[in-house]
Amino acid sequence: MKSRIPVVLLACGSFNPITNMHLRLFEVARDHLHQTGMYQVIGGIISPVNDGYRKQDLVAAHHRVAMARLALQTSDWVQVDPWESEQVQWMETVKVLRHHHSELLRSLPQTEGQDHGRACSVAPTAVPELKLLCGADVLKTFQTPNLWKDAHIQEIVEKFGVVCVSRTGHNPKEYISGSPILRRYQHNIHLVREPVQNELSSTYIRRALSQGHSVKYLLPDAVISYIKDHNLYTRDSSWKGSSTQRNEGKTD
Amino acid sequence: MENSEKTEVVLLACGSFNPITNMHLRLFELAKDYMNETGKYRVIKGIISPVGDAYKKKGLISAHHRVIMAELATKNSEWVEVDTWESLQKEWVETAKVLRHHQEKLEAGSCDHQQDSPMLGKPGQKRKWVEQRQDFSQKKLLEPKPKDVPKVKLLCGADLLESFAVPNLWKSEDITQIVEDYGLICITRAGNDAQKFIYESDALWKHRNNIHLVNEWITNDISSTKIRRALRRGQSIRYLVPDLVQEYIEKHDLYSCESEEKNVGVILAPLQSLINQR
Repeated sequence: MKSRIPVVLLACGSFNPITNMHLRLFEVARDHLHQTGMYQVIGGIISPVNDGYRKQDLVAAHHRVAMARLALQTSDWVQVDPWESEQVQWMETVKVLRHHHSELLRSLPQTEGQDHGRACSVAPTAVPELKLLCGADVLKTFQTPNLWKDAHIQEIVEKFGVVCVSRTGHNPKEYISGSPILRRYQHNIHLVREPVQNELSSTYIRRALSQGHSVKYLLPDAVISYIKDHNLYTRDSSWKGSSTQRNEGKTD
Repeated sequence: MENSEKTEVVLLACGSFNPITNMHLRLFELAKDYMNETGKYRVIKGIISPVGDAYKKKGLISAHHRVIMAELATKNSEWVEVDTWESLQKEWVETAKVLRHHQEKLEAGSCDHQQDSPMLGKPGQKRKWVEQRQDFSQKKLLEPKPKDVPKVKLLCGADLLESFAVPNLWKSEDITQIVEDYGLICITRAGNDAQKFIYESDALWKHRNNIHLVNEWITNDISSTKIRRALRRGQSIRYLVPDLVQEYIEKHDLYSCESEEKNVGVILAPLQSLINQR
């Protein structure tokens, strides 16, 4: 049997707060990659953005990291990594990818241990690939002038690869065909269809919370408790409507 | 409005819950927020009533499992619980009868209540003064004032509302009874379609004040059908259903191509009586 390429999925974003939709991205992406027969997903990383990103209504990174950690308590393969959020300043996504990729290479001998003895074999010499996991909305932002550096977009799709999960109102095939760089490396962009249409977003959660509405079953109970205990996203936090993006597009 | 002037409401959701999903659970949350915000109601309880096996819907697995999954799903809810009465009946029970059962249960239960005491926790919690009732066992209890008895209302999605139009699926007198005596709270994305549907039905239009349409602003398409399909295809259902439900399904290997074939060729219970009449 041909060995599968081991893959780690990295999701960057505000996670303000993390929701069931974010958690679904990983599940759906993993299923898709496994069903191609070519990949074995061995891990997932959630990397909340640095406070220096200065997105409107962004609560402090340590909260966003704590909430993601609570959300992932019951996950046996996805973890939160606070490295990006702990840096002195905001950094471009490609740098986060580079960092995590080198970390992955350094821990290679242990990588197989994380395999949990799965039936599919991972070739001992196979180098794990780190892929950027995102929603189709992020892929669209590649088009926004001056938001991403072209060189970075190229490095992301050429050296790493993207796993892009569909989202209502987005047509990722269109975004790919409209960009020469994306077209050239489209074999490295995996488009994943999420059959369960879900418009859930962090923006919706923040709005509901500021209005005193229930958000139960949209995000893990442990995260809801944390939000209440720390008084996050209340009316006082003044939700001002959709925020503008400063630099690279980030998922909610 | 003072709490004591508000009508207390119990939300009852009937359905297959095959399996229960996060979307079902959201219906309760959306309905509760909506009803409480009108200022006229106070939602005190939610009831999930899984349908009995005698309903004979295609792919319907045993009520035993569906009830347990619903109980696991509501384990962490302070106000939504599961009722097994409907699922334990040998024959299929019309929704109007389930509503009536629960309304009568509430009325019987409120004979024990002091009128001003708020509903504390789940039913079955004994109150100290119940022992005093033994002195009155021979005497007929006073009828509770109707205003003080909580009202049961049917909670549903737009699909149930629109199923009223399916020929022979519902008895017209049942539809009338549901909207006249109880009331409907319908969660829908397509508010305009639902309003049009109500407009086009004389029975619904007459009691439109008893039909509450609640807008679900975000699409949340987690249907049980999709869950079962995903499971047959070996796809993950995590974060679409509560973790405990996902674990239970996995442990008992509940949904398969085989289970989906259950009741194929069998006539749905509400339509069976039509055949018998011929």
